Amino acid sequence: MNEITNPKIILKDLNFHYGSYHALKSVNLSIPEKKVTAFIGPSGCGKSTLLRTFNRMYELYPKQKATGEIILDGENILDAQQDLNRLRAKVGMVFQKPTPFPMSIFDNITFGVKLYESLSKRDMADRVEWALRKAALWNEVKDKLKQNGTSLSGGQQQRLCIARAIAVKPEVVLLDEPASALDPISTAHIEELIHELKKDYTIIIVTHNMQQAARVSDYTAYMYLGELIEFGNTDMIFTTPKKTATEDYITGKFG
Amino acid sequence: MLSLYARRRLINNFNLTIALLTMVFGLFWLVWILWTLVAQGFHGLSLAMFTQMTPPPGSNGGLLNAIAGSFVMTMIAALIGTPIGILAGTYLAEFGQRGWLAPITRFVNDILLSAPSIVIGLFVYEVYVASVGHFSGWAGSLALALIVIPVVVRTTENMLRLVPNSLREAAAALGAPQWKVIMLVTLRASTTGILTGILLAVARISGETAPLLFTALNNQFWSSNMNQPMANLPVVIFQFAMSPYEDWQRLAWAGALLITFMVLILNILARIVFRQKTPSH
Repeated sequence: MNEITNPKIILKDLNFHYGSYHALKSVNLSIPEKKVTAFIGPSGCGKSTLLRTFNRMYELYPKQKATGEIILDGENILDAQQDLNRLRAKVGMVFQKPTPFPMSIFDNITFGVKLYESLSKRDMADRVEWALRKAALWNEVKDKLKQNGTSLSGGQQQRLCIARAIAVKPEVVLLDEPASALDPISTAHIEELIHELKKDYTIIIVTHNMQQAARVSDYTAYMYLGELIEFGNTDMIFTTPKKTATEDYITGKFG
Repeated sequence: MLSLYARRRLINNFNLTIALLTMVFGLFWLVWILWTLVAQGFHGLSLAMFTQMTPPPGSNGGLLNAIAGSFVMTMIAALIGTPIGILAGTYLAEFGQRGWLAPITRFVNDILLSAPSIVIGLFVYEVYVASVGHFSGWAGSLALALIVIPVVVRTTENMLRLVPNSLREAAAALGAPQWKVIMLVTLRASTTGILTGILLAVARISGETAPLLFTALNNQFWSSNMNQPMANLPVVIFQFAMSPYEDWQRLAWAGALLITFMVLILNILARIVFRQKTPSH
């Protein structure tokens, strides 16, 4: 854990409650900049909950509460003064199921951009192309940007959502099981994309698929029952885990 | 021996028969009503119905002023009621998870939704007609708007609740403030549903008689002044049907057929609009 030299995000004693249910128990963790960090663990272990604290998505719902500190670039984002919309513009998120907005492909991308930048028509078109190229979707949709985003296939929709998330130029991208609803080919597309994206972004991915975690991530955190059991270099976690609990989960003895 | 399977089939057939019989019982009256309406109304139909004013007994005439009055008052009621209904419904669906205001509003709206329309007519009579001293088209529109509002509130809330939370999260995750999420994403995703609700509300008020009796009353002549009593189909039908004059009765039947037909068209339209959305989900 001490090998992280350039942390983007530092969690200090993070606790999370759904009403009276204690979902995250004193999590301490440093997430390295411009690397891929994967959260793995059995269902209900708190990995998605943890991910949703980084952009304070849980604030949409009453009775959900995080305490402790999440330091992003030296500032505690759990601070009451934190502007939520600015935070979310900086920390993008892609969800498990594709969520294209009921509007054209072009408008799907510009939706987030327009919120914080006023670009000329030309610059906006460039931005849309840039984002779609980054998400490896440009060639498939460049002739039908006016079409509704919901008309795309599931895999394309998910890449549209990734394009939409990076179009606002965030610094951190949160991926909540981004490939679990997709077929193997689309999954491969998304995984290649993650490799591409980590050059520019800090990426945090939650996944049920351990092979996927092993393939795409640089660091892996194993969670169980709301606690962070082990965190380290992905190779290390998958070959020589320090804790037996981690080893049992990785080798399939449990979970 | 009656096996378990055979017994189950017997019970199934019995229940199916009962269900079919009750359906036939219900449909029988409906078909009878429609049949009488068509049979009686059909020979009252004529071009004059759409071109001439309501006649005095014993002379020829039509329903033009009543049709126009109904149309104008229904439209104004929809124009007043729709924005209020959409805004209130949006509040209930998007902001109504916390606090006490939303549950109370929802409860009151449900009462309003099932309030007898004559009560609404009396209410407008008391607060508006009695204080200005005369019946008017505005009062009629107001009473109808009070019927539109709860219907639109209810459908707007229901339709917005059908929008998956994942879509709200996705928009919020891009840094969109809540009002933009609502304006640009959730309302847009439920446009067809809300439109259906509005059409159904219009269908509902186009046949209402009781609230107009106390508000717009009626007018034998053409009236484009909303401050004057205004002719409208339901009240004309009411008066003409109760009269002893055969030509008035014939016009009443024709008017009833016309209203039913319009409501039918509105309902079909609502279904078409709503269906456009359904296959994509």
